[in-house]
Amino acid sequence: MNALDLLRFASLALRGHRLRTILTLLGMSIGVGAVILLTALGEGARAYVTNEFMALGSNLLIVLPGKTETTGNAPILGGTTRPLTLQDCEAIQRRSRRVRRLAPLSVGSARVGNGEKRREVTVLGSTPELLSVRHLEVGTGRFLPDVGIDRGAAVAVIGRTVKEELFGSENPLGRPIRIGDWRFRVVGVLAGKGQSLGLDMDDVVIVPVASSMRLFNQASLFRILIEVGAHSEIDAARLDVLNVLKERHEGEEDVTILTQDSVLGAFNRILGALTLALAGIAAVSLSVAGIGIMNVMLVSVSERTPEVGLLKALGATRRRILQVFLVEAVLLSTAGGLLGLLVGYLGSAILSQAFPALQTHPPTWAVAAAVIVSLAAGALFGVLPARRAARLDPVIALAGR
Amino acid sequence: MIELRGLTRHYKVGDQTVQALQAVSLTIPDGDYLALMGPSGSGKSTLLHLLGCLDRPTSGSYILDGHEVGSLPENDLAAIRSRKIGFVFQFFHLVPRLTAAGNVELPMILAGIRPVERRARVAKALAAVGLTDRAAHRPDQLSGGQRQRVAIARATVMGPSILLADEPTGNLDRASGREIIELIERMNRDGLTVVVVTHDPEVGGRARRILKLVDGRIASDGEPA
Repeated sequence: MNALDLLRFASLALRGHRLRTILTLLGMSIGVGAVILLTALGEGARAYVTNEFMALGSNLLIVLPGKTETTGNAPILGGTTRPLTLQDCEAIQRRSRRVRRLAPLSVGSARVGNGEKRREVTVLGSTPELLSVRHLEVGTGRFLPDVGIDRGAAVAVIGRTVKEELFGSENPLGRPIRIGDWRFRVVGVLAGKGQSLGLDMDDVVIVPVASSMRLFNQASLFRILIEVGAHSEIDAARLDVLNVLKERHEGEEDVTILTQDSVLGAFNRILGALTLALAGIAAVSLSVAGIGIMNVMLVSVSERTPEVGLLKALGATRRRILQVFLVEAVLLSTAGGLLGLLVGYLGSAILSQAFPALQTHPPTWAVAAAVIVSLAAGALFGVLPARRAARLDPVIALAGR
Repeated sequence: MIELRGLTRHYKVGDQTVQALQAVSLTIPDGDYLALMGPSGSGKSTLLHLLGCLDRPTSGSYILDGHEVGSLPENDLAAIRSRKIGFVFQFFHLVPRLTAAGNVELPMILAGIRPVERRARVAKALAAVGLTDRAAHRPDQLSGGQRQRVAIARATVMGPSILLADEPTGNLDRASGREIIELIERMNRDGLTVVVVTHDPEVGGRARRILKLVDGRIASDGEPA
């Protein structure tokens, strides 16, 4: 009995019980499909976060007040740390040649209004450099004017959503808005950028940093964003910045400097773990499907006991009977696995279509693992029923007992 | 040539021992046509299974074509079943999902015979039982007599020297039964050794020799009256 005959015999047996075969295939394909889809989702999330960070440029340093040893987690704000000031920014800019651009950032939340229309909006304070450091684009008008880092100006650049909510179809350029109790003049509208690192850049108002610190009565900056000349200089630049700030803060290292890599690394680890967890959950359904195969094969063996007796009477050895049933189980699980691949890929394609931001690509390792596991499941869960069949006494089997 | 010497078969059923066959000695020359008769439980089927190498004797010897086969390992018995013995059963034992041709092909597939040769032999075997036009039919599309003829084609396609038939007419009407017996007799005339287990005196009466078993022993052995 060659491999082709075995396959043909097995597939005929499977086709003989169409419904049962389809249901078993369904179980297997759901298991494999779940592994592929869920890991694709996890990987998609990872790719999404990586892209978000990369969109900011890979040579970005983020300085925040306060000291933490960890990377990626924001330190608890407030408390006894020294403030991060605009003078700090100037000192860094002046003293490190590796710093290409620098944008201070202060953040607050205020009610922004145009006449009767009001909206609670995140207000960012920064300098013209923010435009290139955060890769923003101006839709109409212009960005913040260069008035000097420590001088305020009553001008504002607004996000698209803010523009639509407060001005509708009117042209906002040159029009006054209220931010808190202050009056600002709109000089520009941002081009749509959407979500960026958890902040909806369409729903912000950007004003000069000195103005916003006064507006919110802040002594410290929220962040300093520093763009380094080249990715290779990022570690040296980090040291430069640290030294400048240490010197200015009386020898104390009371700031945290995050590099893109460290933040990204932390996210990668978290999301990698998430992907594995999802794969684990999916693996449960895969093993349930494997047990389903065993169940079906056991039923099949007990139903086909007389057939086993016949095969033995016709000269089949134990080994041959074992092969016949094992091939059937592996065929079942492999077909289910392939179907699952299809389901998984189809599902992830649909997800990608539905959520374009989340590009789901099933990771190669998960696809390989799912296929191998489905093959192995057939072999593993097929062994018991196949051995049972092979060991049947031909006389008893023929009698159908 | 089959030679049995003091062949005994005991079964354990619970803690009781059933003596299905006791010291049966028998010679069946090549080309013989033997009917095994006797009441239920007399050991007919047990003897047939031993002759067919589906079962092994508890003691005694079974010499087939000069070789002791009673104590051979399972794989060797399987090989003997494949090459030397054809079985025909009361309930046909056709594989329902295979066509008539597929059922006849089965022993050759198990024996690893090449597809080209298989097809030729299937055609020949089906022609010999008059079912060439039913080759593509599945068992449920065939009458009882036709099914048994497929079974006979299957039993003989490997060119065995012995045909063992267990109540081959037991599930058929008289006309079909007679056709089956005539078919088996024709094969016997062509040199096949035939052993038929039967309750039917008419079937037994047509054999060259009747062996009557009672309680696992040979009660009589001779030509039909």
